[in-house]
Amino acid sequence: MLIRQKPDIPSYEITSESHYLNRRSFVAGAAAGVALLGAGQALGSIGYAGVELGGEVTPESIVTSHNNFYEFGTGKSDPSEHAHQLTTSPWKVKVSGAAAKTGDFDYEDIIKGFTPEERIYRFRCVEAWSMVVPWLGIPLKDILAWFEPTSKAKYVEFTTLYRPREMPGQRSYFSSIDWPYVEGLRLDEAYHPLSIMAVGVYGKALPNQNGAPWRLIVPWKYGFKSIKSIVKIRFTEREPKNSWQVIAPREYGFFANVNPAVSHPRWSQASERRLPSTLFNENRMPTLPFNGYAEQVASLYSGMDLSRHF
Amino acid sequence: MRLCIQAWTFPAIFDSAFISSAAFDRAAKPVLFVLLSLPLGWLAFAILGELNAPGSRLGADPAVEVVRFLGEWSIRLLLLTLSVSSVRRIARFPKVLQLRRMIGLFAFSYVVCHFTAYLGFLAGFDLVLIEEDLVERTYITVGFTGLLLLIPLAVTSTNGWRRRLGTTWRKLHRAIYLIVPLGLVHLLWLTKDQYGEVVLYSLIFVVLMLERVVNRRKAR
Repeated sequence: MLIRQKPDIPSYEITSESHYLNRRSFVAGAAAGVALLGAGQALGSIGYAGVELGGEVTPESIVTSHNNFYEFGTGKSDPSEHAHQLTTSPWKVKVSGAAAKTGDFDYEDIIKGFTPEERIYRFRCVEAWSMVVPWLGIPLKDILAWFEPTSKAKYVEFTTLYRPREMPGQRSYFSSIDWPYVEGLRLDEAYHPLSIMAVGVYGKALPNQNGAPWRLIVPWKYGFKSIKSIVKIRFTEREPKNSWQVIAPREYGFFANVNPAVSHPRWSQASERRLPSTLFNENRMPTLPFNGYAEQVASLYSGMDLSRHF
Repeated sequence: MRLCIQAWTFPAIFDSAFISSAAFDRAAKPVLFVLLSLPLGWLAFAILGELNAPGSRLGADPAVEVVRFLGEWSIRLLLLTLSVSSVRRIARFPKVLQLRRMIGLFAFSYVVCHFTAYLGFLAGFDLVLIEEDLVERTYITVGFTGLLLLIPLAVTSTNGWRRRLGTTWRKLHRAIYLIVPLGLVHLLWLTKDQYGEVVLYSLIFVVLMLERVVNRRKAR
């Protein structure tokens, strides 16, 4: 897979190369046992639109070992321990619904015409932890437009692979999730320039535990919207039912925009722990509306009561 | 845990001459003390490791891990405390009752450590956050209630209090039948998926309760 960087990415989406290289030495330093946070802070800040954050990019070792991917278990290290069982080649993608090009596609055939670009995004989990992750991704709009959705397509629904043989979490008798995992976006959200289909992270192909071979990244929404290991894309007229909304409609909505003002029965959303967090420096910081991307995306929701459409 | 259950439920283990010996009386409590301290010992070891190399033993989000670990052992030891009188009856092993106070106090200690770890590591002693959690997050309210109810039981666990309270002592300590379900509900409500663990612990609780009902019927 050819991974090149497009020159015309706005500065808020990308880190300068010197920072990126610095980050490499930071990871090496961390691996060598240097105090994590101290080294991270030395990195300086990354320019994000309108907001100045602590700036450190989460080390690769953490991005690839602290995951929520319930298909492999509910523990944070379960995905990195079990996801090696997953075969991602060949990878078929079924496209259906309101589009001109539907049917079964080979993943490779879909992405071969696109060039992944690096996007450094904040990633905010609904469980009140967050990371900063250098994804390699393709603008979601480019991919979806390739299937030529019709005027009836108002929403797009994504489905994760269902393969209990390789996904121990799907074999469990004690799961409340009606597999496969489903997520969805309004088409204008999906077409927003910040939405990407990630095919890599840290300059490499996506590890299985991060949702290989491709996954959604919608940085202004809670992490569970960014569905992994996608095998189905469906264009619909009606709002899809996403898995967590089905399980607990009081807790999870369709939009799931990061919103410190809307409290959750399990976690305060007013602040977050930016990982890596240590026992004596939790690295807690205030959570920003739309995860800090309000300037770019707030207009998508003008006129909506976000405390109701959470 | 599995070993503990097996040890508890195999009556043969308790039939040996060793049980009735003075050596058993001398050894039982210190051995139990060490055993029940092991999880705390492991945690202390992990936290020390965390000081030298963050992320080495407790992952990238260690506060959550510490709180979870202590919470899990709290539930286990509460169930173990409840199991003592059942084991005494089933295994015809009256001496085990001498160990109940220590197990109960250990359970209390784990609960206190669990809550303290939440206050310090997770909430960073941020009073606004803690108040919001206690009021708005029902599972925390429920767990906290359980902790509060445990305090009088721990305080009155001494021989002196037991004498002073007389029959009231037994009534007071029946609060455990409310406290353990509160702990289980606390765990149930914070579980997002994979309910196997909650189901197992709840099943153990139900079995222990059934044993009591059966025993009462027999006694009549």
